Amino acid sequence: MARLVIDPITRIEGHLRIEAQLDGGKVSDAWSSGTMFRGMEIILEGRDPREAWIWAQRICGVCTVVHALASVRAVENALNIPVPENARLVRDLMAGSQMVQDHVIHFYHLHALDWVDVASALKADPAKTSVIAQSISDYDKSSTSYFRGVQQRVKAVVDSGQLSLFASGYWGHPAYLLPPEVNLLAVAHYLEALAWQKDFIRIHALLGGKNPHPQSFLVGGMTTSMDANEPYAVINPPMIGKLQDLVKSAKRFVDQVYIPDVLAIAPYYKDWFARGEGLGNFLSYGDYASDNLEDPKTFLFPRGVVLGRDLSTVHPVDPAGITEFVNHSWYDYSGGDANGKHPSVGETKPRYTGPKPPYDFLDVDKKYSWLKAPRYQGKPVEVGPLARMIVGYASGQKDIRVAVDGALTKLNAPPEVLFSTLGRIASRALEAQIMANRLQGWLDQLSSNLDHGNTTIFNPVHWDPATWPAKARGFGWHEAPRGALGHWIEIEGKSIKNYQAVVPTTWNAGPRDPQGQRGAYEASLAGTPVADPARPVEILRTIHSFDPCLACAVHVIDAQGRDYSLPMVR
Amino acid sequence: MHAETDLSGALARRGITRRQLVKFCSTMLATLALPEKYLAQTLNAVSKARKPVLVWMQFQDCSGCGESMLRSSHPEIADIVLDLFSWEYHELIMAGSGAAANAALDRVVKEEKGNYIAVVEGGIPTGDGGVYCTIGGRTALDIAERVCRNAAATIAVGACAADGGFMRAHPNPTGSLGLEEAVPGIRLINMNGCAHNPVNTAAVLVHYLTFHDLPAVDQHNRPLFAYGRVIHDQCERRAHYDAGRFVTEWGDEGHRKGYCLYKMGCKGPAATFNCPTAQWNDHTSWPIRAGHGCIACASPRFWDHMSPFYERLPSVPGFGVEVTAGELGLGLTAAVVAGVTVHGLITMIRPAPKYPEKPEKEV
Repeated sequence: MARLVIDPITRIEGHLRIEAQLDGGKVSDAWSSGTMFRGMEIILEGRDPREAWIWAQRICGVCTVVHALASVRAVENALNIPVPENARLVRDLMAGSQMVQDHVIHFYHLHALDWVDVASALKADPAKTSVIAQSISDYDKSSTSYFRGVQQRVKAVVDSGQLSLFASGYWGHPAYLLPPEVNLLAVAHYLEALAWQKDFIRIHALLGGKNPHPQSFLVGGMTTSMDANEPYAVINPPMIGKLQDLVKSAKRFVDQVYIPDVLAIAPYYKDWFARGEGLGNFLSYGDYASDNLEDPKTFLFPRGVVLGRDLSTVHPVDPAGITEFVNHSWYDYSGGDANGKHPSVGETKPRYTGPKPPYDFLDVDKKYSWLKAPRYQGKPVEVGPLARMIVGYASGQKDIRVAVDGALTKLNAPPEVLFSTLGRIASRALEAQIMANRLQGWLDQLSSNLDHGNTTIFNPVHWDPATWPAKARGFGWHEAPRGALGHWIEIEGKSIKNYQAVVPTTWNAGPRDPQGQRGAYEASLAGTPVADPARPVEILRTIHSFDPCLACAVHVIDAQGRDYSLPMVR
Repeated sequence: MHAETDLSGALARRGITRRQLVKFCSTMLATLALPEKYLAQTLNAVSKARKPVLVWMQFQDCSGCGESMLRSSHPEIADIVLDLFSWEYHELIMAGSGAAANAALDRVVKEEKGNYIAVVEGGIPTGDGGVYCTIGGRTALDIAERVCRNAAATIAVGACAADGGFMRAHPNPTGSLGLEEAVPGIRLINMNGCAHNPVNTAAVLVHYLTFHDLPAVDQHNRPLFAYGRVIHDQCERRAHYDAGRFVTEWGDEGHRKGYCLYKMGCKGPAATFNCPTAQWNDHTSWPIRAGHGCIACASPRFWDHMSPFYERLPSVPGFGVEVTAGELGLGLTAAVVAGVTVHGLITMIRPAPKYPEKPEKEV
């Protein structure tokens, strides 16, 4: 038995440490630790609720936008401010674009190097890569000379002896199973995706001035003024044209590059359809209302809970069922650590009790993470693209059914393969495709509203704090790229009394609870083979399949009682 | 393998045409406001066969500055990380994890000592022995000391690395500081902004490649080429301010017509940055064009000093009168805005700092 420490886990957002017990070449147990704390919620206390989104957005710069959105929703919920349809459409366009871009970056730049051997690509025959590329996609960059050019570029880097980002890779590891030609294809698309992502995300600059951290949200709407006849309105006919080009580019890239690549690579790694499952419990808050804002069953991503792999039953989400534990987290609870606290009565006093740095190992029998351990009705659950696809599939959501069934047919596999490391990757890709398609509908609606003179983008009813009640409470939910996100706010005397965020990676990467139940990361690593502990690429495969976002995950909760009667999302 | 010093050969090996390279170098010179006579020098510098080594450190961060770097268009990010520099440590995108990542960093600190560039993203928590951010079991402060003191120069990207960012805002629960205070005395340049603008950071990198030195800075250690002018003076809505045309309610007629956002809390009159001219995401837009006021994200300690963000700046001097940043600062002296803001406005230009030629501390 040996203890393997992987710290830092790279190709993620934030600071994550995994300690794994190895037994007979396999992981017998694992501990997930978030090693950074910032204290955003403490800092927000006493500030203007209307600007909370500007601060909260800085929780994360990878999944930028999502915390801004959850924050304005929370304040709008607290102050009872209905948002104009145009503002909802712009928000959906921005959040949806974020999801597509984030998923592409995750697959190519944060995850692919776990499956793709860059060094092997040098041995490829570019002509054969070209044949493969043309057999799986209509993407125009597929000629032999194109792939030869990519290969020469990589060769120049390797020959220079300065391998840059690739210097620390696990090249030649026996777990890499792609033929050289497919490796070359993936390396080429790594570079294409790098160029595409920065071009596509100009959609955030158009609608928010910049990315990361676009700057156009308002409590009550958006700053993107609309007027078909004003050249200096933010949204006018020329803007619609620019947005149209980018929305098309998203669909093209996902349909012609991302999806074909996932389907081409997955068959070489079929073992990973049976590895890395983890909990089998899934939670989705639901998001992206198309028809009925009040009915979460009609959302593009439906709300629900699926337990124990049982796709026959979708349980409703009871907001009162959320509790957080700190018995393995560096916080104190009044009344002791044995009981969880609902976010509405949550509290946090950070108190580090881990080893004094520099240290070699954490004391995992005690407290070992800055992340808390959220549980739903006492059970650990997974959130994210897989959870959304599982809940949506089980709910019979049409877009999700069509996408998932289509992929399963191509892979000739039953739905059970979704409960796995590769299932997470496939779910993320399918979700990006569903979202890339849906962007067009939102843009069409926005364009139609502009044409018909429906240009309201902001509801001024409660901008003036003088109109606010003495006390107000609210919460805003969003299905962020990494999963279920919730912000809770309490306003008193025109300022923030308490603020709190419970975020996707806390659900997935949190530590054990008092019952000893593992979090999703910890559970998913059980049984993972590790051929070479010095190069633990197998562990990275499963951890990366969750798309960790640790900056998001560490939060202070210091909120008082709340009313959860509203099924409020927007 | 490393012997090649011939320019055209080196370029060809990297798949870059001379035309592409000249275009890129010209863009960089324009950003840096340098004359064309430096083109040949820049060309030579960026086409060296042996690439300078760079490490990108992340401490108390949101990865937004790393993401921002990935949005670089001129040059493309792939060109920067593969061709201009050997980008050997960057947790966000590097291939190896754990031991492999730590070994990569150790190698650079030891073998490239005094010659590599360190880029730092994120604040450095100094409270409670630094336990609020550890990587590989070591504190951010410990790592920053080791990596930055042994670097040829350190570039602090983003508000957090420059001054502690939002973590530093009241009550600063983790004791977060920017690099200048956490690791004093290092050769440093601050690229304030939330996030930093990759156009400016790329320009600093190329400046360093070309002149082996950092560009001239202001009193906050920010490069003058990017932080020397008041946003208000460069703003595309300035004419509306001068004419007294303001947005008075979000979504009103003035908002639809692109009027001045001063009354909605815009901090453009109190901030210096090239945001209006450099813009973001391949020169696509910037926040004021998207209809929202400036939050002065490139100003020191902006989170505390420039908020509340929706309250208008008091007593911005005279309509239609051009003012210097210094006068503007004096005009604000009596204002409700914290006195420290004024400090940030008086743009006392100082030359590039003099730093020790060699690192002071051993590894």
